[in-house]
Amino acid sequence: MSAPASPLTTDEGAHQQAQLDPTQPGRAPRSDGGSSYVPVQTRSERFKSTTTSDFPAVTGREIEWKFSPIAKLRPLIEGELDGGAWHYDTVATPGVSIAWVDRADASVGSAGVPEDRASANAWTSFERALAITIDGDEIQDLALERSRLDGAPRAAHTIITAKKHSRGHIVLHNSGAAQLAENVEIVVEDGADLTVVSVQQWNDDAIHLASHFARVGRDAKLRHVVVSLDGDVIRINPSVHLVSEGADVELYGAYFATSGQHIEQQVFVDHNAPKTKSRVTYKGALQGRGAHTVWIGDVLIRQSAAGTDSYEQNRNLLLSDGARADSIPNLEIETGDIAGAGHASASGRFDDEQLFYLQARGISEEEARRLVVRGFLAEIVQRIGSPELQTRLESAIELALVPEGAPS
Amino acid sequence: MSVLEIHDLHVSVETEQGKIDILKGVDLTVNEGEIHAIMGPNGSGKSTLAYTIAGHPKYHVERGSIKLDGNEMTGLPVDERARAGLFLAMQYPVEIPGVAVTNFLRTAKTALDGEAPALRGWTKDVREAMKNLRMDPSFAQRNVNEGFSGGEKKRHEILQMELLKPKFAILDETDSGLDVDALKIVADGVNRAKTETGLGLLVITHYTRILRYIQPDFVHVFVDGRVAEEGGPELADRLEAEGYDRFLTETSVG
Ligand SMILES: Nc1ncnc2c1ncn2[C@@H]1O[C@H](COP(=O)(O)OP(=O)(O)OP(=O)(O)O)[C@@H](O)[C@H]1O
Ligand SMILES: [Mg+2]
Repeated sequence: MSAPASPLTTDEGAHQQAQLDPTQPGRAPRSDGGSSYVPVQTRSERFKSTTTSDFPAVTGREIEWKFSPIAKLRPLIEGELDGGAWHYDTVATPGVSIAWVDRADASVGSAGVPEDRASANAWTSFERALAITIDGDEIQDLALERSRLDGAPRAAHTIITAKKHSRGHIVLHNSGAAQLAENVEIVVEDGADLTVVSVQQWNDDAIHLASHFARVGRDAKLRHVVVSLDGDVIRINPSVHLVSEGADVELYGAYFATSGQHIEQQVFVDHNAPKTKSRVTYKGALQGRGAHTVWIGDVLIRQSAAGTDSYEQNRNLLLSDGARADSIPNLEIETGDIAGAGHASASGRFDDEQLFYLQARGISEEEARRLVVRGFLAEIVQRIGSPELQTRLESAIELALVPEGAPS
Repeated sequence: MSVLEIHDLHVSVETEQGKIDILKGVDLTVNEGEIHAIMGPNGSGKSTLAYTIAGHPKYHVERGSIKLDGNEMTGLPVDERARAGLFLAMQYPVEIPGVAVTNFLRTAKTALDGEAPALRGWTKDVREAMKNLRMDPSFAQRNVNEGFSGGEKKRHEILQMELLKPKFAILDETDSGLDVDALKIVADGVNRAKTETGLGLLVITHYTRILRYIQPDFVHVFVDGRVAEEGGPELADRLEAEGYDRFLTETSVG
């Protein structure tokens, strides 16, 4: 087997932009092909800093901002942010400790460093971090509700640590008003098994920019699930560093964008140790004019990551005209010795044959659409690992499907 | 007494090369409790007839009518036709990811009846119908047609027919791809449904094999978008022995 001597990057031109064209009924544009070829900057070389002023002013043309509605995000990217403690609701769990820790605490910065200006701004601004620590080999469940932010621009910093060989299931549930830039650090120590679920059901005018940084240790496992439904702009960028042999991550995302909503996720998986494994599956539905979703999936398999196994996929279901889904997988492979690496990206309109099949059994068109979309997102929603939350999200998805102005 | 009447049906389909006419004047009357077999060469328009009756949007009715108990079906949405009592067991059933069979069946039953079925009775009906069709109970939790084998998909179609109790069912090559045992199981299901509900059936097939288990009252030979000949069950045997050559030369298709 001959190993490539220099870094090999595949699929630079894989950017898919799907948009239903009302002038061509029945045709499902799948991709605009290679017309938007952009050479990919090696992800490992991207600029990083925890200080806002280290970043140049944002123009909107930067690789990390070019799909985002910058004008709405200015206050979070460059404005002053309230970095004080925020209110949360939870039920105490014996194996989980929750505490506010100082900026100078050793745990701060243990999982990552900001790669964009909003993330750095949040980092520069936060006063204390909320530290959630899981210990013990029995599975620990914790749900944290954040529903009382006041809607003024603010910063937050959260650190979730799963101690060695611990097992945990953490749900961060977001609702209410928000203009929030935040960083979430996730440390999965050796042999630990952690699930982190972040759910966005904000008010309709909320703006939420989040960077999640995860560091997964030897033979440790992280399951990371993002469900974004409500809010004006939601941008959640998880980056996961698999830093020790046998580290394993599954990243799931489900999103539903309706008229005018922007939902974005830039996923980065950094394979930096042998025999590491990653699976990325994001699925989105879009309905209504101006609904826009963005998925960027960067996977970097470094020279140090022999025997790595990775697969990423993004699928989008366009339910009406005027919605747009951008989907960009990037795979950078620096070693010749991999167990597997692949990606898939597909965006398409509703399958009329599915609709016909259901309607031929007496099911109304509206109900049939509900079934299909719910089914489409179910693969992700079923990963949440909390039946009660799953039911709650399924009803929320059905609600989002009711066309605007229709009686509900 | 229910009746399905198809009169002078002309159907076209839009293709990249333009519009093509597929059905060229079909006349067919099926009374409740009757079994009609439709046989005919590939591409003669059998599935087109089936889809058109069910209301598939791809097929345009240019002329003629489809009446169920005197009510015109053409122009009605697909789901309304199903609610009027029409059922199509499809030649190629569609996969619906993430939608479990039980959920699908219950949703369909609720839509057809206008109210949810009583839970206990319904669960029992589903379980029994599955058992009769030798379907493993685990199918109830699987996603609709996802990963089903060809034969399993066909059984699943008949399961729906038994549970949804239509007035008229069209079986589009339900027998294709079934092994001998499965064929018998499916045929038993069809006969059971007929005994129980007295439905009328249009059985589209290429083989007389299934007609030994499901006895047709009438056989129609479909050629080039029309019924070329009609007769009793003996016509099926003749077709099997002689093929369609006789009709093809007569209509000079090719
Ligand atoms: N959507 C379509 N687009 C183009 N042509 C079509 C379409 N549907 C049907 N046809 C054509 O119409 C003719 C009849 O097709 P149909 O599927 O009804 O035949 P069939 O009798 O069911 O054949 P088979 O025995 O192979 O199932 C064929 O020539 C087919 O190619
Ligand atoms: Mg056919």
